[in-house]
Amino acid sequence: MSNMLEVAGLTKLFPVRNGFGRKTGDVRAVDEVSFAIEKGKVYGLAGESGSGKSTIARMIMGLATPTSGEIRLAGHSIIGETGTRAYGRKVQMVFQNPGSSLNPRRTVGQSIAVPLAAHGMPGGTHKQRIAELLEMVQLPTEFALRYPHELSGGQKQRVAIARALAVAPQLLILDEPTSALDVSVQARVMDLLVDLGRQLGLTYLFISHDLSLMRNFADTVGVLYLGKIVETGSTASVFEAPQHDYTRLLLASVPVISAEEEAMRPKIPLIDGEIPTAEQLIALRGGAAAVSQRTEK
Amino acid sequence: MSSETLPNAPPRRLSNAYQNWYRFSRNPTAVIGAAIVILAILAALLAPWITPYPEHVGAVVNFRARHLPPSAEYWFGTDNVGRDIFTRVIFGLRISLLLALVVLGIAIPVGTTLGLLAGYFGGWVEIVIMRLTDIALAIPPLVMALAVAAVLSPDLINSMLAIAALWWTWHTRLIYSITRQLRTQEFVEAAETLGASKFHILFREILPNCVSALAVKTSLDAGFVILVGASLSFLGLGIQPPTPDLGTMVASGSAFLPDYWWESVLPGFAILIVALGFNLLGDGLRDLFDVQEVR
Amino acid sequence: MVDALLSVRNLSVQFTTYGQTNEVLKGVSLDVPARSQIALVGESGSGKTVTMRAIMGLLRTPPAKVTGGEIFYDGRDLLTMPDRERLKLRGTAMSMVFQDPMSSLNPVFTIADQMGTILKYADRRLGRSRNRRERMARVHEVLGQVRMRDPERVARSYPIMLSGGMRQRVLIAMALLSEPRLLIADEPGTALDVTTQAQILKLLKDLVEERGLALLMITHNLGVVRETSNYVYVMNKGVVVEHRPTAELFEAPRDDYTKALIAAVPRLTGGTSFGQAGVAV
Repeated sequence: MSNMLEVAGLTKLFPVRNGFGRKTGDVRAVDEVSFAIEKGKVYGLAGESGSGKSTIARMIMGLATPTSGEIRLAGHSIIGETGTRAYGRKVQMVFQNPGSSLNPRRTVGQSIAVPLAAHGMPGGTHKQRIAELLEMVQLPTEFALRYPHELSGGQKQRVAIARALAVAPQLLILDEPTSALDVSVQARVMDLLVDLGRQLGLTYLFISHDLSLMRNFADTVGVLYLGKIVETGSTASVFEAPQHDYTRLLLASVPVISAEEEAMRPKIPLIDGEIPTAEQLIALRGGAAAVSQRTEK
Repeated sequence: MSSETLPNAPPRRLSNAYQNWYRFSRNPTAVIGAAIVILAILAALLAPWITPYPEHVGAVVNFRARHLPPSAEYWFGTDNVGRDIFTRVIFGLRISLLLALVVLGIAIPVGTTLGLLAGYFGGWVEIVIMRLTDIALAIPPLVMALAVAAVLSPDLINSMLAIAALWWTWHTRLIYSITRQLRTQEFVEAAETLGASKFHILFREILPNCVSALAVKTSLDAGFVILVGASLSFLGLGIQPPTPDLGTMVASGSAFLPDYWWESVLPGFAILIVALGFNLLGDGLRDLFDVQEVR
Repeated sequence: MVDALLSVRNLSVQFTTYGQTNEVLKGVSLDVPARSQIALVGESGSGKTVTMRAIMGLLRTPPAKVTGGEIFYDGRDLLTMPDRERLKLRGTAMSMVFQDPMSSLNPVFTIADQMGTILKYADRRLGRSRNRRERMARVHEVLGQVRMRDPERVARSYPIMLSGGMRQRVLIAMALLSEPRLLIADEPGTALDVTTQAQILKLLKDLVEERGLALLMITHNLGVVRETSNYVYVMNKGVVVEHRPTAELFEAPRDDYTKALIAAVPRLTGGTSFGQAGVAV
């Protein structure tokens, strides 16, 4: 199986400046991250806030520039290609907040038409393609005339998905696509994503902090802490036999609703005090985060 | 399955326009403001047909009817050469509104475009545009108009141009700050990733979101432009007689205070009411849109 | 339940916007006995937030209107109580822990200032009086109760200097200042990382047990419900569809909506499968 996406040594540094503008160090938002996604599979990046998962997504999408490292799409390096129209045909993104990823002043149809017009589709064919796309995400075609504020959260997210799929990309980056939605709506949207993935042969990069969701959607998972992947492997193996302390801490913290889930969770007494963020570590003059963390009892 | 409507979100099928109308109509001062503005515009448009003495706009004198107080025959009284003040006020209103139209018609496109460019592109573009704006903002409009009048002739066109040449700066600043905020919104990023052209992003994604702020500012500005225009003509820089102009009427009528007060006070009153109308309208629009921002 | 600390009976509330009226709560009843941990769970639009606001007296009365029912606290109906009496109870008898620690704290005042002000007004309502030193002592005491290692330093800090978890603890401390008997927690920890949330939930549980408080927790997260409550009310579209002891609800849910809700939650064990071809467990 060939790899749709390969990421090697991806790093993003943000300079930390003192009051005079003098650089005093770097925040290693993304620290030498490497992973690969097989064609047609789902790769999950799990992490909490500050872990760097969104930064990675934005670098792959071309909304941010890596400080160093390589990104290869279907074997070709994408440096210099991101931000171009051609790239937009191959990689697209579904953003986290459906309320703000759709322009409130444009109708659904107009929002979906943006990529169609941008990629040179003649205006006469738009209506049909929009209707096709709305059907694909199981929304009535009349919705093309509605404004985002007339839609529910789940419906807005479906529109965002339709828009991302408008020019038939091969890789879809999903940045916390359901975290703003109710649990029952979330299930429907995940159903849709799975079905579309199978139908269209899509490869997914799935970013989430929701471990239960990750467990049931991703084939392979990488656990991110402070910009580094601290553990990676097939979803089942990482969840059932976590090696790294941070992974075990994450799993132990998830509120679950059944005895079986409780039984499979690692038992870690909760530490008093919080695990440090990247800025806090910089402040402590510790520099880059230690890869291995031992939990305190 | 579950209802996804929040208790205080509008029911699904109510359009934006209906909601706006509903809320606007519940605000008494806003409705008054809107009524004044609409009346003023209608009066100005229909001036030749609704005024009792349209010929008094020209070089007409009627010395037997000089300085007459307000009456059934001359609603606002007559001036020092016997012309009906009411008619002249309505025609003067035309000039004022025309002034507002021209000035804002230049200032809005220029200011908005510059603001969009500066806010979205940043870097050199931003620096150049914003510093230019700062320079222009430092010049007081009235002084500028005086300077222009000194160099060219004191004339309405020149005054309008002088004001327009400085008025765009406020629009630039406003649109700049809104664009900067919106630039990081996800729908703008989405447009970028979807391959939209910069023109599209600026004018089809960002600009529509500036419309509410623009509407508020434009209505408030219209009142101010009218005031500035009247001040200029009060100083003698505006339209030359015999064409009626509100500021000029206030000026020339002031020589006859307090005996023939109506010649100065009533045109002044007209300026007040119209400017007030625009202000109330602008405030009402702002209240309307403010609530919407806090979703 | 006669001896419940808080008892909501048949509460109905309607909202009027743009000339249209919606019935948002239709005859909601729930009881919070002393020293119990009750969860009120529902999705957005279920009415759980409106219920909470009605209890705390935070409903804005246009557009909202209570059309029926009573809310009894210690036997007295809050809805018919004169405003001044009701105000006395807020923050003193029952206290709310707000949801978003980022926006619930005023960024330009120190924690000491904010907590001191709350305490001062609460004292005034109860007819007590403390001087500044006594107030600060109480502030430090309460900050210690929420497991802050250095209460004085936290009190001197501005909100921006504290992490999300610490801010949430400050909010809990604020709620504890006047020794309430009932704590209402609005989606505690939802704005925080899951590891921090776990700590906050544990803290809440410990506090409630140590101090003998009653806890009413509003949430949309079923996992939180299971781990932090012993009785749960499930709401949908303005009605309580089911209420049972927590363990029973998860083992054998009776109502269809509850069943569907539980089924929609993805499992850490991996049993859920998405897609038409799969069947949600």
